[in-house]
Amino acid sequence: MSNQTDTTSQPMLKSAVQQKVQASLSRRHRQERLFKFTGLTAVMISLALVAMLFINIFSKGLPAFWQTSITLDIYFDPAIIQISEKPVQRADESSNEFRERFLAWQGELGMINFNRLISDSLMQVLPDADQHRRQILRVVTSGERFALRDMVKDDPSIIGQTKRLNLLTDANIDVWLKGNIDRSLPDHQQQLSPVVQKWADDLYASGIIKNRFSFALFMNPDSRSSLASAGLAGAFMGSLFMMLIVMFLAVPMGVAAAIYLEEFAPKNKITDLVEVNINNLAAVPSIVFGLLGAAVFIGWFNLPISAPMVGGLVLSLMTLPTVIIATRSTLKAIPPSIRQAALGLGASKMQTIFHHVLPLAFPGILTASILGVAQALGEAAPLLLIGMKSFVATVPTSPFEQSTALPVQIFLWQGNELRNFFEARTSAAIIVLLTMMISLNGIAIWLRKKFEQRW
Amino acid sequence: MKLNQLTKLALTAATLTLAFNVQAARDTIQVAGSSTVLPFSSVAAEEFGNNFAQFRTPVVGSGGSGGGLRQFCQGVGANTIDVANSSRPIRPNELANCKQNGVNQVIEVQIGYDGIVFASRVDAGDFHLKPEHVFMAQAAQVPQNGQMVANPFTRWNQIDSSLPNQEIVLAIPGSNHGTREVYEENVILAGCNTFPEVQAMERSERNNFCLAMRTDGRMIEIAGDYTETLARLQAQRDAIGVFGLSFYESNRDRIKVATVSGVVPTIDNIIEGTYPVSRPLFFYVKGEHIGVIPGLQEFAEFFVSEGNAGFGSPLEEAGLIPLSDSERAKVLQTIRNRTAL
Repeated sequence: MSNQTDTTSQPMLKSAVQQKVQASLSRRHRQERLFKFTGLTAVMISLALVAMLFINIFSKGLPAFWQTSITLDIYFDPAIIQISEKPVQRADESSNEFRERFLAWQGELGMINFNRLISDSLMQVLPDADQHRRQILRVVTSGERFALRDMVKDDPSIIGQTKRLNLLTDANIDVWLKGNIDRSLPDHQQQLSPVVQKWADDLYASGIIKNRFSFALFMNPDSRSSLASAGLAGAFMGSLFMMLIVMFLAVPMGVAAAIYLEEFAPKNKITDLVEVNINNLAAVPSIVFGLLGAAVFIGWFNLPISAPMVGGLVLSLMTLPTVIIATRSTLKAIPPSIRQAALGLGASKMQTIFHHVLPLAFPGILTASILGVAQALGEAAPLLLIGMKSFVATVPTSPFEQSTALPVQIFLWQGNELRNFFEARTSAAIIVLLTMMISLNGIAIWLRKKFEQRW
Repeated sequence: MKLNQLTKLALTAATLTLAFNVQAARDTIQVAGSSTVLPFSSVAAEEFGNNFAQFRTPVVGSGGSGGGLRQFCQGVGANTIDVANSSRPIRPNELANCKQNGVNQVIEVQIGYDGIVFASRVDAGDFHLKPEHVFMAQAAQVPQNGQMVANPFTRWNQIDSSLPNQEIVLAIPGSNHGTREVYEENVILAGCNTFPEVQAMERSERNNFCLAMRTDGRMIEIAGDYTETLARLQAQRDAIGVFGLSFYESNRDRIKVATVSGVVPTIDNIIEGTYPVSRPLFFYVKGEHIGVIPGLQEFAEFFVSEGNAGFGSPLEEAGLIPLSDSERAKVLQTIRNRTAL
């Protein structure tokens, strides 16, 4: 800076060379400013897009984590619930016989109209309910009758007692109270009849209906007959099983392949070919792996359709090249001096690699694996082709049971007919998935920071 | 050392494969097919799972009537589906394909009816359509004064002055949907055949002429679900979409329906038969799987039972138009006797 002022204050002393330098200097400075500006703009645009996405998703999805439910005193009326004693396994009875008896008892339980319990207790809080008997059950979502049944099934001694319970309201009441439908629309465009609208407003005002944290969203599997109780538990378990399979298949196989290729394999045409093909495989669109999975795992190996097992295998194939490539580059980054030192002290090649190189490469491999698993977690396309976009109303307990996955659940909810309710629900599912992805990536970053080696 | 590891790896792989093959038996009913039937089938599956503790809840996939029946006809065995939902009857060539692959017992079960509606955005014009209007809007060539001319219409009021002055954009279901077939049968062909020029044509030519679509971007074929059609309407105010009546019922705040031949699409009008565009809905059961997949017959019976699919039932709540009592009795008889097609 001082040089510059010097030269400007004494213009007479400038040589031709100095003038040239001066001119090129300002040109180069201009170029640098332009580049910095372009880069900054690119960063700002991408940040703005991410912010828009997040604002959009969060503004829509966050309210769905709370859901309206109604507090009712349910009287488990013995006059309505007339069943025999709950069977207990006798000493002389085989478990099959007991199962038969228990199923028969459950059949008996299934005959009971648990909706009567709900409508009876709704009558207590709705003064004009008598005139609109047909409408009364539209207040509570239809799946809650099974919740009451399961309470009796678990503990029949509840019969005759009165329990204060929070029951989920119908999805359309949630929509109405949250204002997700235009409340000024005429009646023929509304989902709720005027009397139910008034009930909802009155009960909300008197605090009997309240907006509570939605445990249903996390505890329940998907539902179509009782939309308000639709949740992510099934999809979450499906995704979890697939993650475990990817972790136990793709990660060890990928790491083993990478170590072999990097450290043991001879450098010749064949290994070159393998290397090129691994890079190609990493670039294959994920949906192609879905086609492969449908043909090979379901067609040949006769694995069940819609099972997380197949999904996990397909995602493993997809993640494998990523893990191999990342692990190889980590191994490459270990300085040769480590290997030379170990070999120089008489260690075998195997010992060198497993005792010295691998421990140093471990954080890198771990990061690569976590990122691979995170990528697999967010993948939906290949799963659509192996039947995992089905509607599954149960939570899977093993990887061989039918299930969906979180990204596919988002796709399914996006396609649900009741848009007013499921637009928010879909965004909530996206938030859950994003949270999982971000925490996986966070763990990866933390591990890298924690074990980072400098040499 | 290296070899030893490789053998170990190979052994593990072999064991895994073996384990998979043992797992082949399946105890969950697999359903796939029509996206119109999907909501009803899902509700039925859920209710079935809740009411029959001894069976697992069936799993319901989509893929359109055509896609479902193709999967259904792939063969017999645990890796093929047990039930195909369809919003149209199975075609003879599909049935032949089934038989060729060893699926000989195809049991047809009718579950009820559904209406097909034309709907536009609530802020668009009111439509009172006739089948010939829709034909004139979609055809590649239209008859004019005894001549077949390339479709000149770009706005609805050019077709008929009673229609709104609105750009012609029509979103119809793709050919993988059963709805498409009913739409072509009851609307396009019906509208097309009202013209004397068409009636003068050879029978074989007629269908080709009537179903030929204009290709200037005004016809949009939707391969996905009705939500995709709805999204199209939200993006284009002028677009008219083809929906199932039950979908409209869930989204009355966003779309409004057009009358067809002066009749409003309501459940009552469809039961009476005055609304012209309605169709029966079906599912097909693979007879070979009854007794192999637990609960298959029970599921089929439960699906059409009065309590599940009659008046005041969960399926009616979901928008299905129930069968009459005599129809139901017949359908139940078909299931019990396993009468195959």
